[in-house]
Amino acid sequence: MAAPLTLLLIVAVTIRAALFRSSLAELIAERVEVVSPITAWKRVVEGLALLDLGVSPYSGDVFHETPLIIYMFHFLVDYAEITFMTFVFGALCVCICFFFIYLSLMPFQFRKQKFALEADRYPMDSLELIRSPKEMYYVPLKVAMFYLLNPFTILSCVAKSTCGLNNAVLALFFLSTIKGNVLLSAIFLCLATYQSIYPITLCAPAMLYFMQRQYIPVNFHRVSFWWFIVQYLFMYLGSLFVLICLSFFLLGSWDYLPSVYGFILSVPDLTPNIGLFWYFFAEMFEHFRLFFLCVFQINVFFYTIPLSIKLKEHPVFLIFMQLAVISIFKSYPTVGDVALYLAFLPVWSHLHRFLRNIFLVSCVLLACSALFPVLWHLWIYAGSANSNFYYAITLLFNVAQILLVSDYFYAFLRREHHLTNGLYLKRKDGSEATLILK
Amino acid sequence: MTPYGSSSLADSTHDALTRKSTTASRKMAAHRCSCWSWLLILFSLSVFVVADIHETTPVNDHHGGVDHNAQTAEQTADQPAVEERRWEATEVKEAATVDAAADIQGTSAPETVVPSSVPQPKDDFQEELVIRPLHSGDIYASFQFRTLWDTDFMRENKVSHYRLFPKSLGQVISKFSVRELHISFTQGYWRTMQWGQPFIPSPPGAELWVWFQDSVTDVDATWKELTNVLSGIFCASLNFIDSTNTVQPSASFKPLGLGNDHSFLRYATLPREIVCTENLTPWKKLLPCGSKAGLAVLLKSEKLFHSSFHSQAVHIRSVCQDWQCKTTSWELRQTLNSVFDLHNSGQTKREWSLFKMFSRTLTEACPLASSSKLYIDITDNPQGEQFELSPATSLLSQAVVLGDRRTFSVYDLTQETTFGTVRSLNLLIRWKSNEGEMLRPLLHAERYVAGYGLQTGEIHTLMYNNHPYRSFPVLLLDSVPWYLRLYIHTLSVTSKGKDNKPSYIHYEPSKDRVKPHLLEMLIQLPPNSVTEVTVQFERALLKWTEYPPDPNHGFYVGSSVISSLVPSTVAMHTNSTRERPLFSSFFPCKEESSYFVRIYTEPLLVNLPTPDFSMPYNVICLTCTVVAVGYGSLYNLLTRSFQIEEPNPGLAKRIANVIRRMRGVPPL
Repeated sequence: MAAPLTLLLIVAVTIRAALFRSSLAELIAERVEVVSPITAWKRVVEGLALLDLGVSPYSGDVFHETPLIIYMFHFLVDYAEITFMTFVFGALCVCICFFFIYLSLMPFQFRKQKFALEADRYPMDSLELIRSPKEMYYVPLKVAMFYLLNPFTILSCVAKSTCGLNNAVLALFFLSTIKGNVLLSAIFLCLATYQSIYPITLCAPAMLYFMQRQYIPVNFHRVSFWWFIVQYLFMYLGSLFVLICLSFFLLGSWDYLPSVYGFILSVPDLTPNIGLFWYFFAEMFEHFRLFFLCVFQINVFFYTIPLSIKLKEHPVFLIFMQLAVISIFKSYPTVGDVALYLAFLPVWSHLHRFLRNIFLVSCVLLACSALFPVLWHLWIYAGSANSNFYYAITLLFNVAQILLVSDYFYAFLRREHHLTNGLYLKRKDGSEATLILK
Repeated sequence: MTPYGSSSLADSTHDALTRKSTTASRKMAAHRCSCWSWLLILFSLSVFVVADIHETTPVNDHHGGVDHNAQTAEQTADQPAVEERRWEATEVKEAATVDAAADIQGTSAPETVVPSSVPQPKDDFQEELVIRPLHSGDIYASFQFRTLWDTDFMRENKVSHYRLFPKSLGQVISKFSVRELHISFTQGYWRTMQWGQPFIPSPPGAELWVWFQDSVTDVDATWKELTNVLSGIFCASLNFIDSTNTVQPSASFKPLGLGNDHSFLRYATLPREIVCTENLTPWKKLLPCGSKAGLAVLLKSEKLFHSSFHSQAVHIRSVCQDWQCKTTSWELRQTLNSVFDLHNSGQTKREWSLFKMFSRTLTEACPLASSSKLYIDITDNPQGEQFELSPATSLLSQAVVLGDRRTFSVYDLTQETTFGTVRSLNLLIRWKSNEGEMLRPLLHAERYVAGYGLQTGEIHTLMYNNHPYRSFPVLLLDSVPWYLRLYIHTLSVTSKGKDNKPSYIHYEPSKDRVKPHLLEMLIQLPPNSVTEVTVQFERALLKWTEYPPDPNHGFYVGSSVISSLVPSTVAMHTNSTRERPLFSSFFPCKEESSYFVRIYTEPLLVNLPTPDFSMPYNVICLTCTVVAVGYGSLYNLLTRSFQIEEPNPGLAKRIANVIRRMRGVPPL
């Protein structure tokens, strides 16, 4: 286990270092799929330059990172190599965190299911669905590989997108949640929220996970349930308050609030990206703009409630679903966000037998990834295509992502159904039954 | 009211105006119907007659006398320099103003009868035309009309009586508390390399900069209102000036008059503005004589706009009246510059005349003007080897303008002799040689956009210092619209292959849809060098309603403004601007060794990526469909549960079962 992991790390670092040294690095850093107006390294450097000129970075509309990030880089930026290393570390950290998540996650999940089996809760023929420790042995390695060797992650890292940092904070949040550290979990979640509002929806799975772990029943009539929620929210909101005040004292003004969060929520920058917002709001009629803006933003947050109700027994899968929903429907998505939830896929390798259209979806995702630069070139440089071409590809890419996520959700629900009802279902007359959603 | 009217009557010397106010006072008198007011009218009419007589006869005499005196004085000063040509005294104008003052005093002598509490409005109008044959063979014609008025627009009681100063502008000044106002409309680009420096520079399109009084509390709102009012006055699209193209330069613009605080300055350009007849007509109407008399008769729009360069401007400022600057007066300068390309007008012979350029000749000076002069630059033609001038004039003048001592032939239009026997002046220049070498102006600049594609780009500004041994600092001002996102960390300034760090940088980043980028730098230009300023930008994708009707034409970026004190070859006059010809006295001169130059670079035309304008409905439908696919599939999985599929019995079987149930037989 250690040897292949070391090899993997060496390969991953080599690829990144080679790309970083090559002339491709600048090209990658300009790609709209890889960097968004929030995460672009060029804009961070611009913010630093503004800071050096004595101008507030938030007085303009180029820099949209949070004050903590700018002051952190302000100390680091004199040493280009160190900055590069931080990004490599960012990527590695994410990988390692995943690794730990899984390490800690595995015995827990396994133990729970084993216990349930012994209690005769599961039918005997669903034993097939429960993974043996031998199968699960290589899953951490697969997760690491999926994240580290994913071209999306590599591109994002070489472009020095600050998305890597956000991913690292999120991974630390997963790790501390799985490890059962309530305070750290709240702090890391608050950091992630502070960076880009959307992770606030991860509050729900974190709380569900802790309650499951501490055997607190999810019941609205119990005091212990509410007490825990109040505790967690207090830690979460408290640290958010501290962070926001810290930023205020670092900067000396509240300018950053509209410039960071207003920018995320009101989508003034229509630079093309892989998301759904840019072309929609470029073509929007002015008097409907606010309405659709609200609809699209509520859409991101809204899924939290039904998903938490449906998946209250499975907070880890809920985290995955939330991450996927955020990265599909957020206002400035990049491939780095996609890579984060893709890294979860090996964890759900036991669902593969229930996936319906994984082949089609993965083909579409691959084809779209190849077509992004081609159509961009045709539109922007060659002038032989127009914006609709690029827009069509973003649509297709998002449809494929939606299909992928809903397919995994379907497979997960189906497996749960089989775990309780047995794998080989029979009709009343004894013939083989087919499951349908009703 | 009556004392005021009569005092102005006594004061005015022009008949048209006098008639107007006479009728005004007649009306009032009719109202009052008192006998002493009739007496007053009789008295004022008699004053007018006296004044008129006084005007027609002795004033010319006065001028001639002063001229003669000055000329003799000059002749004694430098006798060997002149042969049979006379040198015009530069003190003439001061003498003329003293003269006018004397006139006023003379006419206002009987005024003591009328009780008057209002100070005398003292105003003065001068007009002049400078014609300079350029090296390239083109002709540069520069008109300047100056109205000076000792009044205070900011006083408590409103200024309501206007004589020479246009009332529309006076009201603008007092309503918006304007301290200084400069507006220019330009068609074409001034080619510094071929034509040298213009007397009054202006960027292509419209330019407006205004200093407000420090009593203005909300400068931005006042500015917005002012631009709308000016838009109406000049029939131009100045109402398109809003916060997205207005900047507040910190150093590049110094007030040309009095006043200092930069928070009251607003500057905006509209590089896309097209200047045409509808802008010229309101501009001409501001002149005291309109286009009826004086130099303004030459301003015929069909000829003026058939030129390589056309620029008209209005400059309002307050200037000192005397050395100690105890009292100030308002100055209105209307300038019009144009460059005629006589090669292109299908002529083989290189010769031009006033008639060929303007399809008019001069027949008289504006009767309201205290001075009306026509200057021809003959510096390059001292012995008459380059061109020949007819009718020849014996009056010469020297002026130090733009760091160079130039010699001019002067035609004084207030003198009858200028027009000769035909009562009309049609200047004619015949070129003898036709070589025209390129100039090497000490400072010139150019700008372009580099890069390809619609994603990013780079603005290059090149500044040439052609001085052989002296370096001098320049102030570069760039105002870039928000949709070109500048990256200030990519700013590089290099001269002679070395990094040239600006000693002062003032940068204000843009806000999307709110304000533009403002970049001001103080750069030292080494001698005999090219300094290159580059900065990268990113092109934004706009909303489909934000594009102009021809989106693929591109977006204009206004000219950079380069302001500099350029070392002068001759000593500059640092004294008051009053005694010098108008063209050399626009920019105040603070030191002897250098002179102020402002240069405008080319405006840029930048393409932005465009969305498909034909399919907003399609995009809304398609994107909403994708969101609905996401919502639908999650909704499906969230609300439904897995069930074993019961086979659906066929239609025949169902019908059979219904029948069987009716028969009471168990179903199939």
